[in-house]
Amino acid sequence: MKPAPFGYADPTSLDEALSVLESEGESAKVMAGGQSLLPLLSMRLASPTTLVDINRVPGLDAVVVGDDGVRVGALVRHVGLLHHAGAAAVQPLLARATANVAHPAIRNRGTTVGSIAHADPSGEMTSVLALTGGSVTVATPAGSSAVDWADFFIGPLETSVHGPAVVIDAFFPALPARTGTAFEEISRRKGDYAVCGAGVTVTLDHDSRVTSARASYISVGLVPEVHDLTEAVVGQSADTADWAAAGALARTLVDPDGDLHASADYRRLLVGVLTERTLARAAQEAQNR
Amino acid sequence: MTTKLMGEPVRRREDLRLITGRGRYTDDIGHGALAAAFVRSPYAHARITGIDVDGALDVEGVVAIYTYEDLAGPMAEPLPVLIPHPQLTAPRTGFPLARDVVQHVGEAVVMVVATDRYVAEDVCDRIVVSYEELPVVVGVDASRAAVHAVHADVPDNVAARHHQETGDVEAALAASPRTLSFTQYIERSACMPMEGKGVHAVWDADDSSLRVHTSTQASTSVRAAIAAKLQLSLEKVEVVAPDVGGGFGVKIVHPWPEELLVPMAAIALGQPVHWAEDRREHFISSAHEREQRQEITVGYDDEGRVTALDVRAWHDNGAYTPYGIIVPIVTATQLVGPYAVPVYRVRIDSVYTNTVIVTPYRGAGRPQGCYAMERTMDRIAQDLGLDRAEVRRRNLIGKDQFPYDHHLTFQDGRPVIYDSGDYEGLLDKLVALVGWDRAEERRAEAASRGKQLGIGMAMYVEGTGPGPYEGGHVQVLGSGKVLVSTGLTSQGQGHETAFAQIVAHELGVPIEDVEVTTGDTRRFGYAVGTFASRAAVMSGNAIALAARGVRAKALRIAAEILEADVEDLEIDEGVVQVKGTPGTAIPLRTVAVLSNPLRYAFDEAARQATQFAGPGDDSKPPVAVGDAPGLEHVDYYSPIRSTFASGAHAAVVEIDPTTWEIDVVDYAVVHDCGTIVNPMIVEGQVHGGVAQGVGGALYERMAYDSDGQLQNASFMDFLMPYASEVPDVVIDHQETPSPLNPLGLKGAGEAGVIPGTACIASAIEDAIGLRIAAMPISPTELYDLVRSPDAERVPAAIPGVPA
Amino acid sequence: MSVSTERTISVTVNGVPRETTVPVRRLLSDALRHDLELTGTHVGCEHGVCGACTVLVDGQPVRSCLVLAVQVDGKAVTTVEGLARDDGRGGEVLHPVQTAFRECHALQCGFCTPGFLMTMAAGLEARDQSTEITEDEVDEIVGGNLCRCTGYANIKKACRHAAGLMREEAQ
Repeated sequence: MKPAPFGYADPTSLDEALSVLESEGESAKVMAGGQSLLPLLSMRLASPTTLVDINRVPGLDAVVVGDDGVRVGALVRHVGLLHHAGAAAVQPLLARATANVAHPAIRNRGTTVGSIAHADPSGEMTSVLALTGGSVTVATPAGSSAVDWADFFIGPLETSVHGPAVVIDAFFPALPARTGTAFEEISRRKGDYAVCGAGVTVTLDHDSRVTSARASYISVGLVPEVHDLTEAVVGQSADTADWAAAGALARTLVDPDGDLHASADYRRLLVGVLTERTLARAAQEAQNR
Repeated sequence: MTTKLMGEPVRRREDLRLITGRGRYTDDIGHGALAAAFVRSPYAHARITGIDVDGALDVEGVVAIYTYEDLAGPMAEPLPVLIPHPQLTAPRTGFPLARDVVQHVGEAVVMVVATDRYVAEDVCDRIVVSYEELPVVVGVDASRAAVHAVHADVPDNVAARHHQETGDVEAALAASPRTLSFTQYIERSACMPMEGKGVHAVWDADDSSLRVHTSTQASTSVRAAIAAKLQLSLEKVEVVAPDVGGGFGVKIVHPWPEELLVPMAAIALGQPVHWAEDRREHFISSAHEREQRQEITVGYDDEGRVTALDVRAWHDNGAYTPYGIIVPIVTATQLVGPYAVPVYRVRIDSVYTNTVIVTPYRGAGRPQGCYAMERTMDRIAQDLGLDRAEVRRRNLIGKDQFPYDHHLTFQDGRPVIYDSGDYEGLLDKLVALVGWDRAEERRAEAASRGKQLGIGMAMYVEGTGPGPYEGGHVQVLGSGKVLVSTGLTSQGQGHETAFAQIVAHELGVPIEDVEVTTGDTRRFGYAVGTFASRAAVMSGNAIALAARGVRAKALRIAAEILEADVEDLEIDEGVVQVKGTPGTAIPLRTVAVLSNPLRYAFDEAARQATQFAGPGDDSKPPVAVGDAPGLEHVDYYSPIRSTFASGAHAAVVEIDPTTWEIDVVDYAVVHDCGTIVNPMIVEGQVHGGVAQGVGGALYERMAYDSDGQLQNASFMDFLMPYASEVPDVVIDHQETPSPLNPLGLKGAGEAGVIPGTACIASAIEDAIGLRIAAMPISPTELYDLVRSPDAERVPAAIPGVPA
Repeated sequence: MSVSTERTISVTVNGVPRETTVPVRRLLSDALRHDLELTGTHVGCEHGVCGACTVLVDGQPVRSCLVLAVQVDGKAVTTVEGLARDDGRGGEVLHPVQTAFRECHALQCGFCTPGFLMTMAAGLEARDQSTEITEDEVDEIVGGNLCRCTGYANIKKACRHAAGLMREEAQ
């Protein structure tokens, strides 16, 4: 379990990174935290010809909090979001989801943007990006552009970004007013990839009646999806809404796969349970925002 | 008086080096050695049609490539069947490198030696092996069906039919007031030590001698195997087990192909060669355990007393049988546990599958046997509406029935005669410890929180310390240092501490003066190995006997010098003295010096022993006939048969009926391993065993697909528990010394794991009211079970309420 | 920008500046063990799950099997060999986590121990020493490393004990 040979470059500017990627061609690979990539290299399940390590590129390690949302640079480690009070105030899902990412030693090294670019449907942050309606900024030699989450995720471990490109940040829009969130996972062992996870948002009107209930799931489906569950609870009071009905609706909307750790049916069960639990919590929170 | 050491929680003497990074594990040895890596079969069953190494020869750093064609003499023959048995009628073992057919994914086909492991793996990637795929057999049921054969010359896939019976079981069943039958499964897990295997071999061409470090549980036998296979004289081979990062059974198997191939390459190349097994290799080429199908029929009376027991089982032994049928024999003979079973018949077929070999993993067949017997007890209780503890109590062997002969033959070829025990005592302690009688209150309380609570228990008897023997050497040096060695190896059990306690106690020396070496054939050449909870029993007693020999000699020499009677002498804190006369004394180190008559005074202490040092008796030779120079003694302990430890566990589980998550909220252990040398170490063994028991019941499973591919060959998917998955454990001890050995010891190493599957299955069944027929069980499987129209409801027993 | 296959890196290891030339694919775990001959850091899985190889990079615990050696160029790495302090008299003073592991029988085979020690040392040093450690904190600190011998009970006990020792030291 040792990586196959590769070339290594650690550019000190974005332009330099892009030019190396351009000259090295399709089988060059960008590395940030490397916590998903290194195991693949050691098992020789991935053998890029060149690793472009962006850790020395300046300006990618910032969490920028604005009224409109949180912009997370490509070198921000999970731990950097976990304890970021400002980011949590604007978009509480960030810290909530990050707390479920593996174990501390992995969170110290792994990056939020890297896990999004890795596009693993069992990753937490892919779903959070989707649920918040976020986007990523993709830098190419031709310039930078924002790519909406829905256009970014193509399939498991596959994004729409090809050719010389670096995902330089992810933007998570701020939580709307009167909106609460919750995030919960069920995993076999604590810190494992989730068997199933759910992130939700609930928005209330001024009479604390539900105007929106949305959910995105972890380890369910091939790419992150956002499911609108509003119809099951619309207009109902936050305190008495039929969250079980929303859970039942969610079960009909998802299309999970089975694997070693959970059958498709079991995942569907958990989608319902987690939906019900998290929506109720999010609704309580929404009343206080 | 010397501080009391036996039975005390003496802190471990191995710890300082291990917590400061100064441990010495196999992979820490020999920087700069050449590295070996292996091309392993990607197919579960295939014929090798070609091996093309051309593309690999130009990789910079490649040193050598070996295939079966390069093996000569005994190396070209199959690996040994380590434990032959008359009922093992179709034993099969592989070759060090596959010859023509591979029988499981992971079997070694080509060995590469290169300048380092990275390069060696590059070379492996460039070697092209062509295969013709053959039909694959996975699982006991497929093997039984024998539509395809694993080994072409074993068409029924049966390696062995193990059969023991103590009477006419069919007649006894027919005569029983009641009978019941059921079938159940237990799945595969594995030892999975944190350190994989590893071999480091250095050939001294000038001396024609070989030194091998290997992460083994049996260094003396590895040495003998290497000598035999590589045609070396035994004295030219040294094998050392250095610090070993866990074993749990997998490292008792030997010689692993790599233990022969790496030395072979070192000799051929004249350079040190090193192999460190990586985790993927460990999953697909080391050993697994546990998988069995069990069909049980039990006869019993209206009070729940067993009248007859008939067990028919199939044991998956994987692709080969290098370790014989030890695991099924242990299942067969330990199944009866602490119970009197008037008539017992057991028939276990050990069957081949195209999977990794199955050899002992901590418990070694006992968890399966316990699972069979204890689930039987639960079923009798359910059938009669009796408390499960009460049914057990009615069947226990009484305290006054020892020695108790089960009329079975154990894994050491000796009778299963329980030496001592107090099983009712265990049960009483367990019921109190876990609060068995409060189960209904707790069930109601849990229900109010939306949880389904269940409680289960399981008891076991464990044959420990099987022979044939172990030895010990104790030597007092002129410096006062006491050297102790034994041939068996250590993998974390704290032998350096426990054996030092024994010697300090027996000899009357400060423990700080005692230095223990294990598993090094340079120090002790005769040994069997560390398995079957035998190290303390076997080497502990051998070392105690050796220490007693040293003590006797020291007293004899001191008596002459002090002109005292041996009977009047004692040794305390390393000083031999006349009891009650503290002034009349001689340090043990001086006795050691004087025990070796000298001509040359190489140091100050030695002067005392030289020929002109003092008045001698010139009518006698300096070394008396029958005596030997030096204050040392070697002794051996060879028991008539195994000693039987015992215990009882209980688990309380809570199940979330919305997600079917299973939480073990309480785990109670009552444990009897006879006299305890170090309770801290024993408790540590129990904790570790319980964690593996919980892992085996709820998390760990080797998941093969029907093509024989192991689906979860990583720590990401093979779910060994983290701290978050292991319950807190409460422990109570009972000490019933063994009458068989001088120290009264019984083994403690494996016990913790044995009842885990049985008692957790019982607790889950109690919680959900549905029959558990296969373990381990995960939430997704529990969800399948509760929805299954075939799920069998458990008749309501009366838990916690003795009838 | 050149693409290299080999690099010379400068790393401060346990307070000592070291320089070594490594192939760029060399894992930090291998560089520490085989190039710098610091074999206290152990390799249990090489895919980042077991935690045996945990070391501190600039004070933060990371899995050294999930970092390339070239990535620590210019950084400070602490391994288990650097955990104890010199006592100034040729001996050493154990770190409280080492003392606690010994006193609580928190190790058996010792293979996973260095990873636990490094994780725990960093975790306990980062906490507010004025407060008593909570069970949640213990679970977080101990929860990401695998041990096959101890069943974790005594490792958790050692974590509590070490936290106590560090609180006493801080006061």
